[in-house]
Amino acid sequence: MRFVDEFRDAGKARALAARIAALCEPGRSYRFMEVCGGHTHTIYKHGIEDFLPEAVRLVHGPGCPVCVIPMGRVDDAIAIARQPDVIMTSFGDMMRVPGGQGSFFDAKAAGADIRMVYSPLDALKIARAEPGKRVVFMAIGFETTAPSTAMTVLRAAADGVDNFAVFCNHVMIIPAIKAILDSPDLRLDGFLGPGHVSAVIGCRPYEFIARDHGRPLVCAGFEPLDILQSVHLLLRQLAEGRAQVENQYSRVVPWDGNPKALRVIGEVMEPRPYFEWRGLGFISHSALRIKEAYARFDAERIFDLPGVRVADPKACQCGEVLKGVLRPWECKVFGTACTPETPIGTCMVSSEGACAAYYAFGRFSRERVREASRT
Amino acid sequence: MSLEESRERQVLDRIERVRRRRPRLREERVTLAHGAGGKATNTLVDAVFLEAFRNPLLEAMTDGATVTAGGARLVFTTDSFVVSPLFFPGGDIGDLAVNGTVNDLAVCGARPLYLSAGFVLEEGMPVDDLRRVVDSMARAAARAGVQVVAGDTKVVQRGRADGCYITTAGLGVLTADVELSPENVRPGDAVLVSGPIGDHGITVMLARGELDIDADLASDTAPLHELCALLLKAAPGTRVMRDATRGGVATVLAEIATASEVAIVVDEAALPVRPEVAGAGELLGIDPLYVACEGRMVAIVDGTDADAALAALRAHPLGAGAALIGRVAADPEGLVLLNTAFGGTRIIDLLVGDPLPRIC
Repeated sequence: MRFVDEFRDAGKARALAARIAALCEPGRSYRFMEVCGGHTHTIYKHGIEDFLPEAVRLVHGPGCPVCVIPMGRVDDAIAIARQPDVIMTSFGDMMRVPGGQGSFFDAKAAGADIRMVYSPLDALKIARAEPGKRVVFMAIGFETTAPSTAMTVLRAAADGVDNFAVFCNHVMIIPAIKAILDSPDLRLDGFLGPGHVSAVIGCRPYEFIARDHGRPLVCAGFEPLDILQSVHLLLRQLAEGRAQVENQYSRVVPWDGNPKALRVIGEVMEPRPYFEWRGLGFISHSALRIKEAYARFDAERIFDLPGVRVADPKACQCGEVLKGVLRPWECKVFGTACTPETPIGTCMVSSEGACAAYYAFGRFSRERVREASRT
Repeated sequence: MSLEESRERQVLDRIERVRRRRPRLREERVTLAHGAGGKATNTLVDAVFLEAFRNPLLEAMTDGATVTAGGARLVFTTDSFVVSPLFFPGGDIGDLAVNGTVNDLAVCGARPLYLSAGFVLEEGMPVDDLRRVVDSMARAAARAGVQVVAGDTKVVQRGRADGCYITTAGLGVLTADVELSPENVRPGDAVLVSGPIGDHGITVMLARGELDIDADLASDTAPLHELCALLLKAAPGTRVMRDATRGGVATVLAEIATASEVAIVVDEAALPVRPEVAGAGELLGIDPLYVACEGRMVAIVDGTDADAALAALRAHPLGAGAALIGRVAADPEGLVLLNTAFGGTRIIDLLVGDPLPRIC
């Protein structure tokens, strides 16, 4: 497959692995956080840890859109979906996310009209086709997906599709990274920057990480060689005593981002004073809401929402996993009480969640496989 | 082994123990995940159907039940078809309904003989469409050498069925003295697949027209009885055959590994996947390993029979793209490991719900 196979070349991977190993100082260990859930998925899916020396550990970060949605917001969305003449639309990833009173799948089985869509424009299409219904789009994601939500609102406004609305849960990556950096119980040596988010916001917003915190960040692509090359770039910075923002994913990420996409977000949305993140708690100016000018498309204004904060289940340690303090298997309920089929925490739901990715792809002992291959 | 590795291993062992427990059905209502062929389906079947109908033949949970009647060993099976759209490139619900049941019999080692067909029709369905479906069933039955000898028709109100649903049941006879079971699988065995994987599922997904993706693809729907017979003849050490329908090759392998308490090690680079299927899968975030085929089988044969088995499959037009995709190992038992084309290792597990596209 063109444009894919080039980035999955096993020979190049081995060469990079050798260069990575050569850059590691003896006796030193390195912890790099991949901020984005898409990276986590790639790392496990292709078995990238097999290429890294033991001294280099990848720590999974908070950049999984589904994982950071708090239970109360799921309950609010289900409350909207249960209203008469409402069609709730959502990306497939959201369907199994548990709220305080079940998931979208459960609500759908109980009679709510909840449909999976691939894009907010599909939701708008449904709204046009069913003028007698109110069609609500459950908008989730970082700056990656916010522009398409905003564009859809603009389209609805321009075409007068007044039965369309957005339940806005868009979040922003920089406040989350700040929260991680301020977390006292975490030692990180550098970051793999989120490639897709950066395609929108560019590389400049990360400069404070290098400047104020002395940590290097490399904006990384999503193919396995991208990840290895980015790890190599991080190690090279550390070896040379540098802490800078570098762009490995320049084929997609412009240094200054995508001004048009940023303009569209700014036209339709504005930062909320604060927003609750699953496991991370309330973070100020960390999420987006629909602006007053587009209030008629804002589900939070149209519907009377319960807005009840639901505490995470006691056993759930998603917060520690999202911050990279715990590895998935170190959570008390991982794989026993909390599994992909019966998730307690969101990290076990989305394929980009660290727990789900580890459970589905990485749940084996490398040591044991090595032993088995020797016999 | 470091302290950390030994801690991780303890956790992994605990998880395997939990996985071997009987799953519990927690939902109060049936959800779409219960129909996706992964873990949720298995849980529902175990908790509701197996619980009620429990008997040794059903408990084997194979594609068909092998029964003895009047001295003959017969295989009996059934399958329902609810595909949407009814017509898609390479086939329709009609040939699917025939081939699906024929294949369930064939992979049990049986020669398919007779089918029944039950139709649930939606008020308003064009008779021309129904005729098209039934004509294609007739052609598929002739191709597979089976007769449709019993049937039933029901009509439900408009909106209560998606055009038409078909249930077929099939009866076949075991002529050779075959004992196929995942329990026969041994370390050193070879794992084969009869052709490119994922064609059917991706074709149908694209035919729904929701994705605005065009690809030159057709369903692989086909009867596997000749291929199965050829394989059994060429490789007497065939342990088990399965048609890789809902849940795809991954699900079949994961189920065999669990049932046989062996490890299956698959080589990703050896998996036959058409570039169109791989490309659509990349775009949609769907792994072709989990995508349904309707005319492909997975076979595990004695390692020494691997070459003969592969040659026999490739000699038949439906097996021209057959490939040796992996080997059976002793450890880690119950797991399917994939050596990725990139050079890493991961596991292949049962799918949890729908194979849904990722969002970013």
